[in-house]
Amino acid sequence: MTRKQKRLTLIGFAGLVLAVAVGLVLFALNDRITFFTSPTDLAQGKVKPGTRLRLGGLVEDGSIKRGDGTVVRFRVTDGVNAVPVTYTGILPDLFREGQGTVAEGMIGADGEFKADTVLAKHDENYMPKEVADALKQSGHWQEEAAKATPKK
Amino acid sequence: MIVEVGHFALVLALALALVQSVVPIWGAVRGDARAMALAGPISGGQFLFVAISFAALTWAHVVSDFSVVNVFENSHSTKPMIYKISGVWGNHEGSMLLWVAILALFGALVAWFGRNLPRTLRANVLGVQAWVAVAFYLFVLLTSNPFARFAEPPMEGRDLNPLLQDFGLAVHPPLLYLGYVGFSIAFSFAAAALIEGRIDAAWARWVRPWTLAAWVFLTLGIAMGSYWAYYELGWGGWWFWDPVENASLLPWLAGTALLHSAIVMEKRDGLKIWTILLAILAFSLSLLGTFLVRSGVLTSVHAFATDPARGVFILGILMLFVGGSLTLFAARAATLTKGGLFAPISREGSLVFNNLFLTAATATVFIGTLYPLALEAVTGGKISVGAPFFDMTFGPLMVPLLIALPVGPFLAWKRGDIAAVAQRLAVVLVLSIAATLVTWAIRGHAVLPALGVGLATWLMLGSLAEIAFRIKLFSQPAGALRRAVGLPRSAWGTMLGHFGVGVMLLGIVAESAWKIEQVLVMKPGDHVRIERFDVAFERSVPNSGPNWDEVIARFRVSDGTSNPPVIMEPSKRSYRTRSMPTTETAIETWGLFSQLYLAIGEAQGDGVAMRIYWKPLVLLIWIGTLIMSIGGVVSLTDRRLRVGAPTPRKAAAMALPAAAE
Repeated sequence: MTRKQKRLTLIGFAGLVLAVAVGLVLFALNDRITFFTSPTDLAQGKVKPGTRLRLGGLVEDGSIKRGDGTVVRFRVTDGVNAVPVTYTGILPDLFREGQGTVAEGMIGADGEFKADTVLAKHDENYMPKEVADALKQSGHWQEEAAKATPKK
Repeated sequence: MIVEVGHFALVLALALALVQSVVPIWGAVRGDARAMALAGPISGGQFLFVAISFAALTWAHVVSDFSVVNVFENSHSTKPMIYKISGVWGNHEGSMLLWVAILALFGALVAWFGRNLPRTLRANVLGVQAWVAVAFYLFVLLTSNPFARFAEPPMEGRDLNPLLQDFGLAVHPPLLYLGYVGFSIAFSFAAAALIEGRIDAAWARWVRPWTLAAWVFLTLGIAMGSYWAYYELGWGGWWFWDPVENASLLPWLAGTALLHSAIVMEKRDGLKIWTILLAILAFSLSLLGTFLVRSGVLTSVHAFATDPARGVFILGILMLFVGGSLTLFAARAATLTKGGLFAPISREGSLVFNNLFLTAATATVFIGTLYPLALEAVTGGKISVGAPFFDMTFGPLMVPLLIALPVGPFLAWKRGDIAAVAQRLAVVLVLSIAATLVTWAIRGHAVLPALGVGLATWLMLGSLAEIAFRIKLFSQPAGALRRAVGLPRSAWGTMLGHFGVGVMLLGIVAESAWKIEQVLVMKPGDHVRIERFDVAFERSVPNSGPNWDEVIARFRVSDGTSNPPVIMEPSKRSYRTRSMPTTETAIETWGLFSQLYLAIGEAQGDGVAMRIYWKPLVLLIWIGTLIMSIGGVVSLTDRRLRVGAPTPRKAAAMALPAAAE
């Protein structure tokens, strides 16, 4: 091989790898991502049943009902609309009524959201950003009551 | 008083760093030996002052001085001592202080070990190192001061996030930072080379050990974080493709590529410009990781506090250094002489192959991590990019890399003979295919896991085969032991590193394909069968610790043989100060590598919701990364790489092929 051929082989191969990587990324971005929605988006029928989504909001007070075994039902609200959710499994440690949560799954034709993953916050002050934004939008955001922090 | 000394020492360190960022480089330009020599003592002094500062904060945490805001927010008088100490870096301010302390440590080490570096190179490297230091001292002092005090001190602190009160998380941040910050050395060397417009094989010989050390720490840090997530979060997963995890994986991938391209530069004087670019890239991605995790852009257990000023400041640092170094690169890269060419099938070719796939994989992780942030900033749309995306992009790019991995070390420099390599690896290939078929036959005719086991076998046996051929284990077994002893340490390091990849892959394949999960509600007296185990719930027992109360669920587990049953006690803990519950899992290892994993959820009536996992060979995932790290350490002890001590004979031998180009 001449110098030029060697260089061309290298550049050609690099281009090929790059093209494959770009193709994979474009395909995956089309197909393998989940959109974040609020209960209001769902109520307005913006989402087709059977699409994978993340639903964020507050767990409605008094809405947690346990079924057989580890089945649990609750409602996720953004203050305007609420969506019933069913989930089978163990809820995260910090999942509580009145607190923020993100449920991942699909909305059924009956309007019930079937979650396969439920996330809560990592510590008691943390609120998922998407949830905070959704609450701000619906006007239900309350700045945390001034914490009992001594003056500096 | 001690706290104020710590604060003042940090200001002094900033002052020294300011001097160090100007004087040595000015000396290098002017050829002033005294100005250049100043860099050494100053970087030593800088480290001394930062160490004093760090010690002062640690002291405040140890004695629970709640008049310090940082201690009040992250500590409690009843917290165990080990977490009082680890609490120093279990929060934003303290962890940034650790960041600069490690940066100063690395600077001092370069000054110390680099005494026989070319004078101008040493001055420039330490100068650039000081630029980074100045930026981060300013960040700590202006936006994240850990030494702030209250006018009216409170009596008791708020305690540390219970999830962080764990041994794994006590050592995870220091290891990770040693890795992140270690890449600053490669960066400083790259910038110095660009400033001087000169770079040679000696440069690569200098950079490689620092990169290797940083890579070892980063590997261990990531593995530690992953194991922590596995046993502490109670979800049984070990990698979630969470943006904060990706933030540490990005510099690791770029660093791994750098490690390999630097070999070509050192041995063959080739890929110079590319290696410089990778050095800049690895540290830029470390800075990006710091930005993502520390700015509050991402919300996670790592985002202790979200303060927009901090985010903007780190973004400024990020843009300054990435933009500045890339501009310098664009301006000066063309002045670097190009190395010799090589045939596509050659050792160089295989290392280029490695670099292409590693950087392409880095790019996909980069896009998957940042695309949601960019999309939200531009259109306001919110999406989540998780495991399905990375399985689709990162996964396929890793496959060709792993298939080619055992072949690379067999190829000769300049021009390799693929037929000869195929002949040598034929037995390994046959064994790997056999492993695939056997797995397929005995494990329910699943194709993908069988191929995964075959690939893991190929990696493990392939790396062993390279050593076997080098010491002529089978052709002349008589002198094999003597030859094994005489083999350079770096050859053993390569073997261990690559072998570890195979071990890790085997663990990943077994865990993903054959794990068994059961979620159920159990009452005292209930039994459940999972795999070959009988798990019996005996009773719940209350218990309490220094700063928490818990309910332990007692299980008796027998493995279906005559072995005595094992007691497993997962618990639900509640930390008093933050009234925050955590899940403490119970994990029992069977047959060396497989684990039975119990985690309990909330109580339901007189029963308890729980998760039981059977995780076959799961420990291999972390044992594999450990073997990779050991490979790195063994390679570091190679005489050739021992910092500053290349023997004249070897240095001459290395200069010869370069001269022949």
